[in-house]
This record gives sequence, C-alpha cells and structure tokens, in this order.
Amino acid sequence: MKLELKGITKQFPGVLANDNVNLSIGEGEIVALLGENGAGKSTLMNILYGLYTPTSGEVLIDNQPLELHSPGDAIAAGIGMVHQHFMLVPVFTVAENVILGDEPTKRIGWLDARRARKMVKEISGRYSLDVDPDAIIEDLPVGIQQRVEIIKVLAREARFVVFDEPTSVLTPNEVEGFFEIVAGLKADGKGIIFISHKLGEALEIADRIVIMRRGKTVAEVLPEEVDEEKLAELMVGRPVDLVVHREEAKPADVVLSVENLVVLDDRLQRAVDGLSLEVRAGEIVGIAGVQGNGQTELVESLTGLRTSLGGVVRLNGEDITTKSPRAIHKRNVAHVPEDRQKSGLVLPFTVTENIVLDSYYEAPVSRGVQMNWGAARDRAVRLVEEYDVRTPSVDVLVSTLSGGNQQKVIVAREFDRDVALVIASQPTRGIDVGSIEYIHSRIVQERDNQSAVLIVSSELDEIMALSDRILVMFEGKIAGEFDSSATPTEIGLAMLGSQGGLEAS
Amino acid sequence: MTATATPAKAEVKTRATPAERRATVIGTVMVLLAVFVFWVFGLGLESGVRSTFNLSLPGERFQNLVWEVNAQWLSFVVAAIMAFLGGLVLRRSHVKWTNVALAIGLGLFALGFLTWAAAEGSFSLVGMLRSTVLLSVPVTLGALSGLMCERVAVINIAIEGQLLTAAFVGTILGSAWGIWAGLIGAMVTGALLGAVLAVLSIRYRIDQIIAGVVINIFALGLTSFLARRVLSQAPDLNSPGRFTSIKIPILGDIPVIGSMFFDHNIFVYAMFLLIIALHFGLFYTRWGLRSRSVGEHPKAADTVGINVYRVRYRNVILGGVIAGFGGAFLTLAQVSRFEENLTAGIGFIGLAAMIFGRWRPLGVLGAGLVFGFARALQQKLGILGTPIPSEFLSMTPYIVTIIVVAGVVGRARPPAADGQPYIKD
Repeated sequence: MKLELKGITKQFPGVLANDNVNLSIGEGEIVALLGENGAGKSTLMNILYGLYTPTSGEVLIDNQPLELHSPGDAIAAGIGMVHQHFMLVPVFTVAENVILGDEPTKRIGWLDARRARKMVKEISGRYSLDVDPDAIIEDLPVGIQQRVEIIKVLAREARFVVFDEPTSVLTPNEVEGFFEIVAGLKADGKGIIFISHKLGEALEIADRIVIMRRGKTVAEVLPEEVDEEKLAELMVGRPVDLVVHREEAKPADVVLSVENLVVLDDRLQRAVDGLSLEVRAGEIVGIAGVQGNGQTELVESLTGLRTSLGGVVRLNGEDITTKSPRAIHKRNVAHVPEDRQKSGLVLPFTVTENIVLDSYYEAPVSRGVQMNWGAARDRAVRLVEEYDVRTPSVDVLVSTLSGGNQQKVIVAREFDRDVALVIASQPTRGIDVGSIEYIHSRIVQERDNQSAVLIVSSELDEIMALSDRILVMFEGKIAGEFDSSATPTEIGLAMLGSQGGLEAS
Repeated sequence: MTATATPAKAEVKTRATPAERRATVIGTVMVLLAVFVFWVFGLGLESGVRSTFNLSLPGERFQNLVWEVNAQWLSFVVAAIMAFLGGLVLRRSHVKWTNVALAIGLGLFALGFLTWAAAEGSFSLVGMLRSTVLLSVPVTLGALSGLMCERVAVINIAIEGQLLTAAFVGTILGSAWGIWAGLIGAMVTGALLGAVLAVLSIRYRIDQIIAGVVINIFALGLTSFLARRVLSQAPDLNSPGRFTSIKIPILGDIPVIGSMFFDHNIFVYAMFLLIIALHFGLFYTRWGLRSRSVGEHPKAADTVGINVYRVRYRNVILGGVIAGFGGAFLTLAQVSRFEENLTAGIGFIGLAAMIFGRWRPLGVLGAGLVFGFARALQQKLGILGTPIPSEFLSMTPYIVTIIVVAGVVGRARPPAADGQPYIKD
C-alpha cells in the first residue's frame, strides 16, 4: 500500500503555490513535511484531501490514479485529515461529530445513537484515547478535541492520515501523549503525514523528512542525518539563528499592575477569574498557556476592548480599568492583537491608511475635519523603511502583503511612539522565519528602551526565547511563575493546571 | 519575584454580570406590575364584584361550565404572588430561574387583566383559548419556515412575502379548482419563492437580508396589483371556500381542551404534527444532524463529505413549502378571501417567534401560542368593550414582538454560521 503525489502543480492567481511536487508515503511510515508558512504545505494537503483541484499532476494509491473532487472522494480512498483548525461542530457531542457524514442509521434515517457511542468507545479504547462519546465538544480541552478528530478519521477507516500542525495547540506534556498515539497508529500500519514547522518534533517522530520551500520540495532527509540547524537552513534557504539574543533584563518601576481581574467571555463564563500580575519597565513578561485559558479575554480587557467584571488595572499607578481603548492607547500602550487580519488591520485599506489608523485624528495627519494625506504618506514611507516592510509601495492594499509584512505594519504603527507598555498577543503566529527574527529583535529593543512588555503566546518556544519572566495561565488564573531558566516540562505541567512555579523551580 | 500567584480561593469583588443586571430589571418590572395589579385591578373594582368565565362554547357536549370569582379578591392574590416572585428575582440568588418567574408573573398578570376586564360580566375563556390556538397557526408555520432556513444558516426574512403570495395563489386556484388545488398551489408558490431566496443567497451570495426584503416588496407589490386589477373585476376568483373543522371523536368532547385542540381544521392538526416531526427530525435523524452541522460549522460538514450547498437548497425550499402552507391557512381556512396586504406583518412576527423559540420546534410552538394569545386577547377585548382604545389593543401582538426581540427573554444562541454564505476556496 503506497500513497503517491506525482508532479503536483497548483497555480493560484498570481501565486504558484505548488510547483511540480512529488511525495510518497508507505504503510506504517511517518513522513514529516516541513516548511515555512506559505511554503505550500497546506495547498498540497488540500489537494490530497480533495479540497483543491491541482492545475496538473496526480494522486495515486498503489499506482492507481485517484479522482479527488471533494473530501468525500478522499475519505472513500482511505485518506483522512486532522486539520489544524479542528473541523468539529462545537455544540455537538463527540459521537455526533464522529458519525457526521457517515451516520449509522435505522429506518427512515433515524440515528443509531447506541451504535455511534459503541463505535467511539471501541476506537477510543483500541488506541487508549480515553474520550467520552457523550461530551459536548465546546466543553472539552483542545487536546481532547484533537483526539476526537483522530477518532473521526479512524472511524472512516483511513489508511493514510494527514496531521496538519497537530502540536501547535498542545502543551509539551500533551505532545508526548500525542506522539504515543501516532506511534500506535504507525504500529497499526497507517501511513502518516506529519506537517509541522517545529524542527525538534520532526526529528523525534519522523521516519523521513521532506522539506518544502516556495512551493517546491527542496530536500528529503533522514532524521539521523541532520540536526535542527541544518533543517532550519533547508527550510529557510539560508543559515538561521535560532536563538533570540538579549542582555540581562534590568527591571525598574512597575508599569502595569493587575489586581484580581475578572473578565467574562462571549458565553458569559469567567474566562479571567481573579488574575493578578505586574509588569515592570525594562522586562518582558511572557504568558504561556494552552489557548482558551483566558489569554484572549485578558488582553482584550487590558487594552479596553472588553469590559471587566471586577478587579483593577493600573498603568503607572493610574486606574485605567474602565478606560476606552483610545484613552489607553493615548497613554502610550502599544497593542499587537492576536488576529492581525481581524483586529490588527483593515484589510481593504492601503498600507498608509493602516499606518495612521491610530493617529488619523491628530495633527499632522489630521487638519481639523480634513485629512492631510501628504503627512500620512510621509509617515508610512518612513515606517515602511524603518521597519523593513516589504511592499511595492505604501499605496497598495495591505491585504496583498504577506503575513510577516502585515505584522510588521502593525508593529510599526504601534511602536512608533514613546511606548510605555507593549502588549503583544501571538506576535509571530503564522509568519515566516525572517519576520519572526525581526519582530523578536524589535520587541527586545523596546524592552531595552525601558518599556514594559507583556507577551502572550501559545508557542512555548517563543515565550521561553523572549521572556525574562514566565507566567502560566490556566483557567483564567496564573497557575505558576518561572524565571527564564525553567524547563519546558516544568512549564508544561503548570499549563495543565498542576501547581508549579516558584516552589517547583 | 514581583507577580503574585492568585491565592487559592480569593473572593473577588465583582460588578454585576449581565444576567444579574437583567434580573434586577425584570424583578423591578414585576414588582411594579404587582403594584399596578393591586392598585388598578384590585382597588379599582368595588368589593364583591364577580367575574364570570365561560368554560364551554355553544354546541358542545358539556354545557354551561362556568368559573365565577370575586374579581377584587383574585386581583389581590395575583398581586401578592407577583410581588413575591418579583422579590425572589431581585434577590438574584438564582438568576437561572429569572425567565420562569417572569413567565409565571406575566401569565398571572394576564389572568388579573382578564378578571378586571370581565368584572360584572362574563367572558368566554374557552373561546379565547381556542382562538389562541387558531391565531397561532400562521405565526408558528412562519416561524418553522424561518427555522428550516436558519438551521442551515440562511436567514429567511422573506417569510412575509411567501405567506402573502401563497395566500393569493391559494385563493385563485382554490376558487377555480377547489380548496385542495388551492392548498397545493400555495405550497408550490412557497417552494418557488424559497428557491428564489436560495439561489440569490447561496449561489449569488447576495446579502440575505436584502434578498429577503426584495422578495417581500415584490410579493406585496405583485399581489396588491393583481388583487386590484383581477380580483376586483372577477369576484368569483376571490371566494375559494374553506377547510372546515373536523372534530376528533371523544377527545373533542373534553371540556376546554377539546375545543382548544381537537376541534379544528386540518391546518391546526398539521401544524402540531409538523412540530413533532421537525423536533424528532432535527435532533434524532441523519437529515437533522447534517442540517444542523451545515448551520453551525459548514466547513466541518464539507470536510466529512456533506454537500453544504445541496443541504441548504433543500432546506430553504422546504422552508418555503411550510410558509406556503401557512399562507394557504390564511385564505383557505381563516378567512375565505384575499385582501391587499392580508398578512400585515405575520411573517415578521413569525421571525420573532423563531428567535423567541430559540430555533427549536417546541420552543417555536410555545412562542407561536404566546403571539396567538396576544392576538386573541386583542380580538376578545374588543368585543368585551373595555375602556382601552381598540387601537391600543391592536398593537398588542407587535408590542409583544418588540419586547421579545429586544431580548427580554435573554439572549438565545443562533446557529453559529447564521447568515454567512459558504465559500469554498
């Protein structure tokens, strides 16, 4: 049994996403597909899963070409996919999600709930996944949701399973558990494609590593032949410095102090539940934690985007708990939001317009009721230069820029002031290595200029590389505090809610 | 280290949650209503005045069942219970029960109001309850049509137009070839308008609100024009006859309940059957599971091989059929002639009933009955001759709609993808 992608080319308007890509997976084999964001991994997998039709090339199983026009065709051919953004209906039960699309029924389409439940229990037991078929998805932690996705794939008797960035939502300890599950699948003869940008994981788990860059497969290596630096170089196309260089922090006065903050989420549950923290000038405090433990609500509350239910937020001693986003912004708080496309930028606006989004009402960009576009453009030209934004001009729509350059536009807009406090949420999510390096160095530079910096990221590596102090958030509270010498395992335990922190470290 | 880990069980002082603030508002309103009942209904009546409620209709098997009460005494009891419930709500210790207390309180208020209105006279309670069920039919069917569409994430604001056009077609075909032809024609009309909405919103991804409004305006204009030009010239095309009541043996003879539920035309029975079918269909069958998944997370449905577009087309057209059936009720059962703008907003009230019913068939039934009650109240009070001007009474259903849509009953959760076109990339 062998799955092959042969000469796959996919042309999007203006972008050659896949350029004559070849890939093959055998039974009981784990192939890691490495590449930067935008290298074409997702396009390739979407073709394999029938979501895209390739411009040319074919997919074969045992040398028989497949007709893949929809995910249904891929499923029928024995190809399963665990998507990075889980494809689960949040209000359904586990069993309902597993059977969706291939439901066991009695007469007139009546769902056979008992058979569904039995099926989930059986698969869950066989691979020791430990999932309750009657639990509602939205009540489950992401780690368990991922197992539901795996059960979904197994219930359809997939012989080849694609995992798209499976570890990005897991804690280090959950990653270990996940690897055990994958090993179980492998022992069962499944062929596995493991898509990642985490080099260490690929080295640990893969039998073979395929590296993609700019739509092409540029190398195929065995894990024992290479190390992380070599892989990074293959991925990016030049030697990469994996370490963020920074001096010892010199913390000064407290800039941000949060006391007993309580914030509700959209479902009116307490997402932040009595949280307290302090950030001093000249230090970077990183908030680690599994997504969905209140980080989003915390940041929205600190920046004035979400009203808190209780507690006090002080900036340089002043109570800003109920201040508006603009009032907080005016107190020199820079905010790099979690989702750059939703809340960081207005995508149908030009670079210039986005650059002055926070200052359009002030001189020199504003002349009373009239805009001074000349001044706005001057500022944009200066910042594009200063922050290394790669754009043909400041007059192009920001939606045409790459993720990394979009993020740099936001950083330029937010940092171009005498910043007192930086709040950056997922500052490098989904952007290329070059931009990551640049944004990291910029954040460290702000710290060295005696700004207080609060970083929220679900990438533990990023938190550990940047932070002088690490706080772990769990269920809306700080579950542990670590200094930069802590190990991922210690932090990982705290991310799962076990009391760690100073006592443990 | 500077940051403080939160103490294990710190009692954090908080501002009121939205649910608590709501409880305060509702509790206050209930107490005020209690005062109002006490003052106006209670003290406003002379002591010893009696209200008589008739519990049987002429021609029923059990005759002359009446309930006679001391109006003032009942008002005081109602005021006391309402004040007590309002006080409980204001304590905010169990905010989950706010809606239950509110529902009981409003029911009592309605009772107090009827007692006051019927003072020194008699009031046909069973007649009003029967009207409640009858008048709820078009609202409920409209709401079910909306539910069919919104469960697959297409907003159907065109219910009004579907009802109106179907009522018109039902009249003409019913007059020409009999009521059954009218009924089928009305349902086909509903399906066609559903298909138009489906094509506009699914295929061409036109804003669903705009697509719906366009259909409504088109329906109103077309039917009004034809009514004036054709029906006024040919009156025999505007007298389709009606589906008459079919009394169910034995059950139909039970006092009160018999008249309410078991002595009706086929539309009423069909409505109840449809509610049951949709309830089980949505939550216990493959069709329901797939429909709901398409409304909640269409991409997830797509990735397991479900054809999102096909499911949407099918349900939106079926929703049109249901609205067409409701339109037929208006001209083939309720009145047997068509008039311009006959629906007068029933479709929109149906949309409100769908929200009030929280996108669930059984909830929709309850919501439909509430609106039916409001309309029945308006009609019967007009007959009774209260000091309230009839213009105010005729506002009742719309006021209830505003209160409901404004979220007095709390915010319900619509299907997650509601109103969003699905774009395959």
